[in-house]
Amino acid sequence: MNTKTLFDVISPIMVGPSSSHTAGAIRLGLMARNIYSKPIKKVKFKLYNSFAQTGFGHGTQKGLFAGILGYSVSDNRIKNIFDVVKDIDYSFEYAEDLSRHPNSVDITINDEMKIAGDSVGAGEIKIIEINGFSVSISGNYHTILLMYKDKPGMISTVSNIIQSENINIASLHCDRNEKGGTASMYIALDIFAPDRVVSEISDIDDVYYTTQIRKLEV
Amino acid sequence: MSITTFEELKQECLAKNKTIWEVTQEEECLINDVTVENVRNEVLKHISTMKETIKTGMLSSEKSVSGWCGDDCQKLITRYKSNKSLFGNLYEKILIYALATSEENLRMGRIVACPTAGSCGIIPGVLVAYAEEYNLSDDEQINFLITAGKIGSIISNKVQLAGAVAGCQAECGVASAMCAGALAQTLGGNVEIVLNAVALAMKNLLGLTCDPVCGLVEVPCIKRNPILSIHAISAVELAMAGIESKIPVDEVIDAMRQTGQLMSPMLKESSLAGLATTKTAINLKEKMFK
Repeated sequence: MNTKTLFDVISPIMVGPSSSHTAGAIRLGLMARNIYSKPIKKVKFKLYNSFAQTGFGHGTQKGLFAGILGYSVSDNRIKNIFDVVKDIDYSFEYAEDLSRHPNSVDITINDEMKIAGDSVGAGEIKIIEINGFSVSISGNYHTILLMYKDKPGMISTVSNIIQSENINIASLHCDRNEKGGTASMYIALDIFAPDRVVSEISDIDDVYYTTQIRKLEV
Repeated sequence: MSITTFEELKQECLAKNKTIWEVTQEEECLINDVTVENVRNEVLKHISTMKETIKTGMLSSEKSVSGWCGDDCQKLITRYKSNKSLFGNLYEKILIYALATSEENLRMGRIVACPTAGSCGIIPGVLVAYAEEYNLSDDEQINFLITAGKIGSIISNKVQLAGAVAGCQAECGVASAMCAGALAQTLGGNVEIVLNAVALAMKNLLGLTCDPVCGLVEVPCIKRNPILSIHAISAVELAMAGIESKIPVDEVIDAMRQTGQLMSPMLKESSLAGLATTKTAINLKEKMFK
């Protein structure tokens, strides 16, 4: 059983008013920022269901945007974030889609990467899709994400590189669009891997894209 | 092995002749591999944030983004300038501090979710007001919040503290129960008295629904915070007299979980029934989302 401890109950220190609609939104933005990990000039948010319907009263839009900019969940500048930040192009869309989680969002960065995520309660989040590939990333672990040509042996090649650094793998998942097509792999780690791990993985033949996503600190 | 029921907590306290906060801070050190000092400093940081929130909240009458709420704390402060409350300074401060905190929450101010954002006013209301009126040291305040946190964490092992899961009994209800136990401890109550205070507070909030108007943390959440702060005090007064909950606290929590499961999803944070679908609420919603 995953026992709750003291600070699960008397935390977090956050800006109000809602752990799911405000703190969760900020964390989704932060996670998208960590995943993209390059300068952001333009961002589009598509809010679904309860996020779309009650987001305004909960500061969900402010939270998502502040997260993209790297503000922490307790930063009280978030309330006025749209007045403070002017040099980034942002837009919001709203939709109802009952196949999605009640608190769900698509974040498109620089027209280049689309990240979908859910706020699953008590400020906890889940990234569910990156550029069309299904993932399940909570932000509670450092995670290596790679896209590659689907072919045999890739898992062992990648895990060997990680193992050679003596880093423990907490979990590993794969997905592909079709046999021999593009595949994705995400690997949750107990510690943040040195840069050389990421560069070694990206040097493997037929790896298109590799990144390491930092876990969220709050 | 960490303590997950109130009975285990009681046995541990009795066996070691220790208080709940002593047992809890030791347990916390073991789980997280930190020192007692680390734990207590972190708790103090949370208390400081609570005090800042109260200070900021008391100075503001800024309305929420929806425009309905945000100026009630000022009304209370104004009233008490010329009319004393029926029950004296402590009572006035508890109401003001709880309301100031809840209003800060809806303004996107910085708060401590304790246990949740919607119920963030209850514990600071009682803790800070009592600490001021009775000159509690930092250490005593830290003991209060550790005790409250342990009570909440034991409950959350059985029931997820979310309105969507078990209604408001699992948010403001639990906050009030946490607060009752912590205050009983501060007043010198032994572990049995503390657990009775928790049980008495919780028992009288079973079935509390979560039916927020327009799905916002405003109506009825904000005013529920000061009112359930006072509810905690009543439970403490009874428990300190040696009045027992005939149903032991662990069984009260079982009943709460069952009640939460039986509660219609329409009354669990979906805004599909109750206050959220009253004529006035629907009118407001139409106005707001026009």
